[in-house]
Amino acid sequence: MPLLVDTLLRVEHLTMRFGGLVAVDDLSFDVREGNITALIGPNGAGKTTVFNCITGFYKPSEGRLGLRHGKPAVWDALEPLTDSGARRRVHADGTLFLLERMPDYLVARQARVARTFQNIRLFPGMTALENLIVAQHNRLMLASGYTLLGVLGFPSYARAERAAMERARAWLDRIGLLARADDPAGALAYGAQRRLEIARAMCTQPVLLCLDEPAAGLNPRESAELNQLLRTIRDEDGVSVLLIEHDMSVVMEISDHVIVLDYGVKIADGAPETVRNDAKVIAAYLGLGDEEAKIEAEIGS
Amino acid sequence: MDYFVQQIINGVTLGSIYGLIAIGYTMVFGIIGMVNFAHGDVFMTSAFIALITFLILTTLFGITSIAVSLFIMLITAMLFTSLINWAIERIAYRPLRGSFRLAPLISAIGMSIFLSNFVQVSQGPLNKSIPPIVQGEFVLFRHASYPVTLSYKQVIIWGITAVLLAAFWFLVARTRLGRAQRACEQDQKMAALVGIDVDRTIAATFVIAAALAAVAGTMYVMYYGVVSFADGFVPGVKAFTAAVLGGIGSLPGAVVGGLLIGLIETLWSAYFSIDYKDVAAFSVLAITLIFLPQGLFGRPDVEKV
Repeated sequence: MPLLVDTLLRVEHLTMRFGGLVAVDDLSFDVREGNITALIGPNGAGKTTVFNCITGFYKPSEGRLGLRHGKPAVWDALEPLTDSGARRRVHADGTLFLLERMPDYLVARQARVARTFQNIRLFPGMTALENLIVAQHNRLMLASGYTLLGVLGFPSYARAERAAMERARAWLDRIGLLARADDPAGALAYGAQRRLEIARAMCTQPVLLCLDEPAAGLNPRESAELNQLLRTIRDEDGVSVLLIEHDMSVVMEISDHVIVLDYGVKIADGAPETVRNDAKVIAAYLGLGDEEAKIEAEIGS
Repeated sequence: MDYFVQQIINGVTLGSIYGLIAIGYTMVFGIIGMVNFAHGDVFMTSAFIALITFLILTTLFGITSIAVSLFIMLITAMLFTSLINWAIERIAYRPLRGSFRLAPLISAIGMSIFLSNFVQVSQGPLNKSIPPIVQGEFVLFRHASYPVTLSYKQVIIWGITAVLLAAFWFLVARTRLGRAQRACEQDQKMAALVGIDVDRTIAATFVIAAALAAVAGTMYVMYYGVVSFADGFVPGVKAFTAAVLGGIGSLPGAVVGGLLIGLIETLWSAYFSIDYKDVAAFSVLAITLIFLPQGLFGRPDVEKV
């Protein structure tokens, strides 16, 4: 597969085995910068496993996961970095990371890949505002010179803290929760918690936002709001999004690129319209047998 | 009535000391879900550090100003005790994180024995005493021939406790570290994912817990003028009782629990039997665990289906 200039994340030959079970089998795909990429597939297809590998929760059995910060020229460092055994290589134009070599918290902190989970994992006892400020902890630590400057009351730290507060408020405004800033996150409605979780992930200033079923449990109106939010994240914040989703109204409407998994194997990869009409995808979703699927595919081609 | 008021004053003083130690138990429990049984001995060690500092100040440097020597005692005790507790966490608890639940608990009991034995061997098994540092009292009112007094020592203890609790409340509610601590308490994995250094936050929690215990230790030395290597155990377990009574994991609970245990113990000694004061305090532990296991301020564990 040729390396396109705008590739942000390159997944190559990703394989994840749990004992004898192969959850993901030799999967390769690219996530392009500025795109919303959807990873879809029937239950048990291995989508969340792929997410867990990308975000460092699982160490893949095999495969390479390259992520670029900065200019495309950074990709030149891919082979030297792989051979060196290091986690990342700093380049004049940016940094290249190999995510399969990093534990989850470093994927989040250094490679700046933010993720959400299928179930909501806000800090329920903290207010909505605090949830967004705590996500900027790392930046504030740097601004405070690891507490020293902050304790000494340097103006640069006060400025950083004000900026963090403003960013948090701006996000609350965007997700329509400004009026509930001081309510505990656990007391918000389900849909609001979902949006707050995305806002919190965005407050960590990610280069890639990974969302695991963000539309699960949302009503149609909330789903539409989510679509709008994800579009603005792509268009205004310029953050690439990788999402797992079952809700086809979300997937087909907002995705630039769809990857379909079935039993851990990629069965389709392309624009939403292409994938929608792909015979193998239809077979996987409608549950045709392998034989019928093959016939269908042949007729289709 | 006069006698009663006097007992309340004494009880609140004792309760302040218990409350400061109880915060250490409750904070550590909140963040890593472990009862740090070495905390009582950390308190005892801090009392020894304060005592040694006092002796060095008076004999070596000849400092006579009470305010200066108390201030230096407090700072030195806080500094060294924090360092000790930081080291304990680093050596005895952190390597066991992620191990089975009992492992750090057993390690804590080991550290408790280590600290009390270390102090016993290095400082000797006898009670160590210092001359009274602060003397004098306010006579609030006098009824018949019984004066109700508030000693300067008690005023200092109340004042320092109040100031520290305010500072501590500010730290937890308003600062970056406090937010990080609360985040780690609620979801450690997620806290790590939003960029919080969990290990550093836990270490900071142990340092703060030790600093508060050191304040309690310094005031203990000043109040009673005597300390021995075995003095970590009983105050430690009473402070633990206070934390359980207030609802373990709850910071206001620890303070209120500390005051209540101080009052119960003092009033029991005054009206019933001084020999049974420990029995009274520990009965509270049993009664709380049976009838109010989540404590006064604790959140009951809600199991979601």
